[in-house]
Amino acid sequence: MNLPENGLVAVVKRDCETCGMTEPVLAALAEAGSLTVFTQDDPAFPESVAHEYDASLDVSHALKIEVVPTLLRREGGREVARTYGWNKAEWRELTGVATLGEDLPNLRPGCGAKNIEPGIIEDLLVRHGETGLKSRRIDFGAQEDEIEALFDRGWSDGLPVVPPTEARVLRMLDGTTRDPQEVIGKVPSDLADCTIEKIAINAVMAGCKPEYLPVVIAAVEAVLEEPFAMHGVLATTMFVGPVVIVNGPIRRAIGMNAKGNALGQGFRANNTIGRALQLVIRNVGGGRPQEVDRATLGNPGKLSYCIAEDEEGSCWDSLAAERGIADGKSAVTVFAGFGLQGIVDQKSRTPESLAQSFAECLKTLHHPKIYPGADALVVVCPEHERTFRDAGWSKARLYEELYGRAQRPAEEVMPGAGGIAEGTSAFPAGSMARKFRDGGLMIVRAGGGAGMFSGIIGGWSASGEKGSSPVTKEISL
Amino acid sequence: MTTILDPTGERSVAARPRLARPERLEGLKVGLLDIAKTKGDIFLDRIEQRLTESGLEVKRYAKPTNTRPAPTPLYQQIATEVDVVIEALSD
Repeated sequence: MNLPENGLVAVVKRDCETCGMTEPVLAALAEAGSLTVFTQDDPAFPESVAHEYDASLDVSHALKIEVVPTLLRREGGREVARTYGWNKAEWRELTGVATLGEDLPNLRPGCGAKNIEPGIIEDLLVRHGETGLKSRRIDFGAQEDEIEALFDRGWSDGLPVVPPTEARVLRMLDGTTRDPQEVIGKVPSDLADCTIEKIAINAVMAGCKPEYLPVVIAAVEAVLEEPFAMHGVLATTMFVGPVVIVNGPIRRAIGMNAKGNALGQGFRANNTIGRALQLVIRNVGGGRPQEVDRATLGNPGKLSYCIAEDEEGSCWDSLAAERGIADGKSAVTVFAGFGLQGIVDQKSRTPESLAQSFAECLKTLHHPKIYPGADALVVVCPEHERTFRDAGWSKARLYEELYGRAQRPAEEVMPGAGGIAEGTSAFPAGSMARKFRDGGLMIVRAGGGAGMFSGIIGGWSASGEKGSSPVTKEISL
Repeated sequence: MTTILDPTGERSVAARPRLARPERLEGLKVGLLDIAKTKGDIFLDRIEQRLTESGLEVKRYAKPTNTRPAPTPLYQQIATEVDVVIEALSD
């Protein structure tokens, strides 16, 4: 399909009332002289005017049509004037026909052009090599199963991944306004540059929607901050991996689950955001199990571990608010954690009794005699939170009680005490041994309305400055 | 054909590398795979004779038919029993 060197060009589609309305005008212009009409959607439209069917939409794309109808004038192979929608004065000026569209209203807005519809524009950009994406292209053989091919190349976490085609990655990048080539850091263990584009590729593979991308980016940024010590979290023989806690309005906007089964399966946003982060570590950073990832057992959360806090149901400040994020902003907090240890207490009705239950369970984290212990994230279920709420216990009060109540007499944690070799002599006899460093506990509220079952997500032995500290990062959209 | 974008840090080649060929056969177990093409067995008999004379351990394998890929159990058997494989291709 060739564009005329000189003359008028109109681009229209059947599925646009304004285009239909201009059909008599187009017919009149065609009769009067040089008009080439391209139709985008229906090869029969417009019936009364000779036209060409831009089936591939390549002409529309080349002309950068955004609205139909578009009328433009070309001279010497170049466009010299353009109008879109129906604007009687502009059409008259552009065509030089002073009586054009006498029977038509002065103004009618046009419709979005088909060539810029989501799902179509990406294919056009790919076909014309205009995506601007820099990653290496990898062709699969015609007979190769894409899913199997991605497994074979070692780019999966053990579950099928979505093939990151250029079109899918482009759509994913619609989820952020950030430059795809922005380097946000170096991912261990290879210390490879991580661009927004690489994150988008892995987000596609994980099954994310574009609107999840800002959360994934913030999570990657957070784990790459120095205090998180991502290399160590990856390489340790212990169980831990990054646990992502999401706060703020974005949770509800993207449909994250903070209610029943809050830490479980079945919710796309929760499950794919955590997975995307792990895929970035695996693929961009080269962090694979039995290689640099030396985990003895690991934990199932290393596939994906992403929690939304139930802020609306909570009487307490959110974790993000505690950590300095302004009201109305969204943020992720990453924590090097593993698994879930239940706190089952269905009988306590006073905050003292319940706090003591929490503390007794916290004492056993890693081992009842390992003092001081790792950091921990406590996920308080609604029915437990109610007990604290009714008694007027603030979150600060609960922290203070847990730090205090989780102490044990030094004698009880010494090596050999209780017939167990494990233990420590770090605490002088007669003193109380602290389980948690200051700031070593984090409390969030999540879960379904029924069940007095809270949870402890244990941290890494190397918690704090010697290893990993939680990092909070505001989410930029 | 599907084209995808490389999800990695692009520190290795895009194509899957083949295993390096051993420089010598001493000490390796050699599998001889007859893919069921005509006279492949005659060729492999001679190869077996030569390798055995050189003191190498040789194991023989055969595909049931040349028209289909080898059955998975045969792949697995070969992979677990020998270090290198010589196939008799074509007639």
